[in-house]
Order: sequence, then structure tokens, then C-alpha cells
Amino acid sequence: MSNRVAIVGIGQTTHSGRRPYVNDGELIYDAVTKALADADLSINDMESVMLGNMDLFEGHSLNDAMLNLYSGAAGKPGFKMNTGGTVGSMMAIQGWYHIASGLYDLCLVIGWEKHDEGPATPAISTITDPAVDRPFLVGAIGGLATVSVAYMQRSGCKLEHAAMVRANASQAAARNPNAHMREIYSVEDVMKARMVMYPLNLLMCCPTSLGACALVLASESKAKKISKKPVWMKDHVTVHVEYGGAQFGIGEKRWTSHMEAGAKLFKRNNITKPMKETQVFEMYDPFAFAIPMWLEDFLICEPSEGWKLIEKGALKLEGEYPVSPSGGVLCTNSIGDSALLRVAEAALQIRGDAGEHQVTREVKQALASGFGGSFWSDLLLLSKTMD
Amino acid sequence: MAGRAGIVAASMTKFEAAKPYQHLMDLVLEVTDKVVEAAGISLKDDVEAVISCSQDHWDGRTISSMPIPDIVCSHLKDESKVAGDGAYAALYGAMHILSGDNKLVLVVSHCAESHTDGTMIENWSIDHIFHRMLGLDYTIGGAMQARRYMDKYKVTPEQFAKIVVKNKGNARKNVYAQEAMELTVDQVLKSRMLADPITELQKKPVSDGACALIIASEEVAKKLTPNPVWITGAGNCYEFHNPGDRDLAECDALVKAAKKAYKMAGIGNPAKDIDLVELSENYAYQEMLWTEGLGLCGKGDGGKLIDSGKTQIKGELPVNPSGGLLSGIPVTVAGMTRVAEAVWQLQGKAGEHQVQGAKRAVVHGCDGLCGQMHCVLVLEKGGK
Repeated sequence: MSNRVAIVGIGQTTHSGRRPYVNDGELIYDAVTKALADADLSINDMESVMLGNMDLFEGHSLNDAMLNLYSGAAGKPGFKMNTGGTVGSMMAIQGWYHIASGLYDLCLVIGWEKHDEGPATPAISTITDPAVDRPFLVGAIGGLATVSVAYMQRSGCKLEHAAMVRANASQAAARNPNAHMREIYSVEDVMKARMVMYPLNLLMCCPTSLGACALVLASESKAKKISKKPVWMKDHVTVHVEYGGAQFGIGEKRWTSHMEAGAKLFKRNNITKPMKETQVFEMYDPFAFAIPMWLEDFLICEPSEGWKLIEKGALKLEGEYPVSPSGGVLCTNSIGDSALLRVAEAALQIRGDAGEHQVTREVKQALASGFGGSFWSDLLLLSKTMD
Repeated sequence: MAGRAGIVAASMTKFEAAKPYQHLMDLVLEVTDKVVEAAGISLKDDVEAVISCSQDHWDGRTISSMPIPDIVCSHLKDESKVAGDGAYAALYGAMHILSGDNKLVLVVSHCAESHTDGTMIENWSIDHIFHRMLGLDYTIGGAMQARRYMDKYKVTPEQFAKIVVKNKGNARKNVYAQEAMELTVDQVLKSRMLADPITELQKKPVSDGACALIIASEEVAKKLTPNPVWITGAGNCYEFHNPGDRDLAECDALVKAAKKAYKMAGIGNPAKDIDLVELSENYAYQEMLWTEGLGLCGKGDGGKLIDSGKTQIKGELPVNPSGGLLSGIPVTVAGMTRVAEAVWQLQGKAGEHQVQGAKRAVVHGCDGLCGQMHCVLVLEKGGK
């Protein structure tokens, strides 16, 4: 019923912790020109330009309008969204709605963040309720440490497994020229890192990065003309949960946003064996326990099996089910583009264009996820073929 | 495209200079409850997705939609936030329906301008390398635009004042309006000068409030109400950010947005084919300029249009019969209230400021320095 939507152009900047000689607009321009070059199109071909970012990190209000000379939106239709960590995947989804609705044929979606413009944790601390929990100024790590402890208790996962996840991610990021933290760490190196909030030590937390990512999206008729290797956005699910205790999914009757997203997406697409029917998963993994815990939560593997897969080495780039072969959010987290990078990297894997971090198994379908807010979840299914 | 997208119901709070007795989320709760009741649906079972609309700086909260899921019952449901004007959120809601992905969505916007210093937030939306440190805000930018408009097309401050007299006068019949006043042109011109030629009464006052819409697929909308209002045209566009890259006496982006919306809706002659307009005038001069951009009169004829009396509530083409933004509507919520007002007009539910026999309305949302972004929607009742 909906018009089909394909990714026909992919562009991203290199990511780093600090680039004082590059301004916000130049960062966006870099990603946009790369995406357009990849699609072999000009900015004049774009019918709408959408921008996603977290306003308070750089301190700009309405930055979609402010930076529209760099993004190419000046004189064109466009939209701004901001949904926290999921904003990147939400940009891809918003582009999908623009085209699936039949109102547009070619759109440019952009996610960006320049974390060196302002400290992230004070800004993230304003996420919480001003009257109830803002005085604790916990930022993002409080909730993530809490769910990590709960996961360790219920599944038997150990600190060492999280260290293995981080060591694997470092191996992957070392092969991704656009990743931020490309240093290679051994499990012992990770275990020695400074504790931030138990059980998460410094290396088990994502960095604060800067960078931008852009995708060119096209309708079916345009995509077939433009691209030899269109990647189809087969389906997407967005799930939010209430702000409060339920977000953590702690307790006997756990049913989290990721579980709901996985259940919905797999049911709608008749996927019964996600690890067979999809061949790679670019997960929004902002802390080391995310990969084992959320593979279980997305209903991709059985409860308490996630960390066993890590022990077996199954989630490595050359493994049986590669997860975040780009190095993931653990090695690069420029929040406004983090979730769009997941979509971009999954699409690159399908095209076979991921370069040194291309997974060894053939990729026909891939998953990409976004995470943010009070444990909100976006899950996208990308495919090499249309049906 | 999966059929048409129809607006089933709309709601808003009363707009006030401050609502110290209500939490920000109370505003969202109030409009959500009202719109769900008006649509005769269940918030929990019938609403498939929620599109909220707010801005982090105004809420002083990163991810200003954080507390929304509790209020709008979107636990384990789809929710997303448009960070711009409310008219854009309405359009995004329509896209959810037109894509066939959803059958019924809730669109809701909130803002309490009284919680913060708006001029500071306006300044933060201005280019941080070249212009921000000059201290520009939208009133100073507006004054530059009004001056350029006066210079190029010989419009006068008296004509700007007439817009204020009309809109604040119209607000007297609107129960939701914040500032209803009976004014003379002289009083408007003699109110405190903010930035020449903009006087205090020519600027939208600080306001708190919220607005909500229920948008549904054609099939569902027809089941829920005998008079759904269809979104038959849509267009949006950005101006260049740097004021020096534009001729401020023109609004090219609005012209483009309107053309796209009119083409989609099959409107050939907007001055004749439209029965009613609700537009976003943050300053009095903007209503004149936007009427030109919307093609309701020729370029530079905005002054003549207000002089002619056509845009009065009983004229041929009423503009802002609700009282417009000049009567007090917060940023972000503004564009969505334009949609809501037009929906009520087309459904015959506008109350004392009802315009008789309106079948097709044009609504307009806008934000940014000198009207940086515009969204135009065409709303119609009946038809196939």
C-alpha cells in the first residue's frame, strides 16, 4: 500500500572527539556532499532536506533553519526532529514517511552532533523531571548502570563479558576509518580502566564524539533509475515507554521497548529465526552490556544466551552473527547521528561497500536500531531485495 | 498515497500570559483529554501513534518529549517529536496516515513562553559565527523586515496598526484567546516602541498553552464524524538564514510552500478559491506580508488588502477571524492552533467567530528570524 523507499546515497564524516577548526555547518556539509556524491545526484535534485540533532548540546535553537546553507535546505522544504538518542534513526523513518506518503520522491536526511561544543552530561541531566530526579544530575549513565547490574544478576553475565564486547568493538573500529576510538584494547586493558559507575568502567561507556551522517532516500521508481545497489527500507518500528520505573524493565515481568519492537517487527515480516534471516545487526550499543542484553531483548536470542554468544566469538565481524561491525556506538557516539550511522552502516553491509569492516557472511537483510529518551527503541529492517 | 487524511477533532487550552497553576504536562493532558473526548475514541486503544511538537530550549529540557508518553498513553507505542512549528507536526501526522502505516494518530503541541526569556532563545537560533553576538532577536529582525517592506512597497505603520485592531478585535469573540481588545489605530501606534516601527501592541504577547488534533485515514475519519476536514494540500519551505541573502520585503519561501500546497489541492486562484485563512503573524506587518506570499493579493498589495476590509471577519476573505497570533499564542503551538481554528470553522464549531459557509481554508505556520520557515496546509470539507 505504501510507496516503497530505498537508500540510494550514504555519506558520513570521520568521527573524533574534538575538531576546533571545523564548525557545525561544515560538518553537515561534509556528510551531505559525500551522500550526494555516493548517489551521483546534486542538492538540486533533493525535494526535501531533514535535519536531526539535540538542540541543547550545541546550544542552537532551530538549527535546521540556522544551518540550512550548509545542509542544502535553504530555499527547500524541510523538517527538524529531535527525539534524543533515536533522533538519527527517526530521521531515516521520517524520510520514509515523506516518501511512503507519496508526497515526495527524493529526500535528504541528516543527523549530526558536535559534542566538543558543550559538555554532554550536564545537557543530558536536563532529560529528567525537574522536580523529582533532576537534582541527582545522573546523565545517561545512572540508568544504564542500573540495567547492567540487573542483567548481570538475572543472566549470569560477568564483567569480563562486557570487557570482551569492548575488546571486540575496538577490533572492529580499528578497521573502520570513520570511527572515533580506533585504539585496540585487550580484555585485560578494558578490565583495568577506571570505574565510572559500577559495573561500567570508562571503556565500557561510549565516548562523546562529533560527526555527521546523511542518507539520500528515494521512491521505488526513482531508486531503480538512480542506483545500481538500492537498499530497501523494508520495515521500521518505533516504541516508546513511559518515563519512570517501567523504563528499566526490572522485575519479573520484563517487557521492554526493545522487546516490543523486536516482537512487532519480526511478526510483521514473518521472521522466526532472526539470526538466520538477517545476517548483520548494527545495534545502538552505548555501553558494553548493551550487545548481550539487547540481543536477548530484541528477541534475537534466548534469555541469558547473549553473553554466551560473546564467549563463543559469534558476534565478531567474521562470526556467525556480526553485531555492530563498524565498532558501534561504543567507539563512536555523536548522538544526533549515532542512530543514523547504524542505518548507514547496515546499508553499507548490504551493498558490500563497508570496506575493511565488511562482514564475511553474505548480507541480504540487516537490522539497525536506535536507542534514546527513557529507553525508547527504533528498529529498522533493511533488505537487498524489494520483497 | 493511501486515500486522504482527515482531521477528526481538535482541541486547545485557553491561552494566557502565564499558567502558574498548571504544570507543563497538565497542558498536554488537558488538550489530549479534550480531543479524545471530542473524537469519541479511546486514547489507549485507538491512537496508534503520537506526534508531539515542542522545542528543548523553550522547555529547558533536552528531549522535551520525555514526559509525553505518560500523558498521552504512548507506553509501548510509536511516538516522535517534531522540533519546529505545530503546522509541521500536523503535516507529519498526515504523512503517517497517507503512508498507510497508521489509521489514527494524535498530534499534540505545548509551550509555556512565560517559563523563560524568549528573546534569549530567539538569539540562540541566529548564526553563531556572524550575527548572534549582535544581539539580534526576532523583534529587531522584524523591525528590519518591516522597514524594508515599507521602503520597497510604501506600506505604512497605520496599515500595520489596522491588522492589530482587526485581530485583537476578532479575539473578543474567541473564548480561547488571551488578549481581546477594542483598539484604535492611534492607540496601537502610540503603545510603547520596541524596535521602530514595531510597537508593543504590534507584537505577539508572551503566552502559554497547548493544542491537539486527531488525524485519521479516510475510512476511519468518516466513521468517527459526519464532517471530517481533509488535508488536501501541503507545502513547506525554508528561507536562506542570513538576512543579507534575502530581500526581506519578499517571502519567497512562503510563495514556494503555498504554490506546492495549491497545486496539490487544485487551487488556481487563491484569492477566489479560498474561503478563510488562519495564518501565523508574530508581528502585525507579517500578516500583510504573508497575505502577499499566500497569493491572496499581488506583491506589495498587502496594505491595500487590509485597507479594503476584505480580510475582516465579515469580509469576502476573512484572515485570522480567531484573532491570530497577535491575540496571544505561544511559539511551536502556533501553527497547530491555526489548523485547529480552521477545522472548527469548516465543521461549523467556531462559536461566536464562525465564518458562514466556509468550505476551504488555508492555514499557515511559521517560525524563525523574519519568517524563516513556512508551512502551508489546505483544509477542505466534503468532496470525494
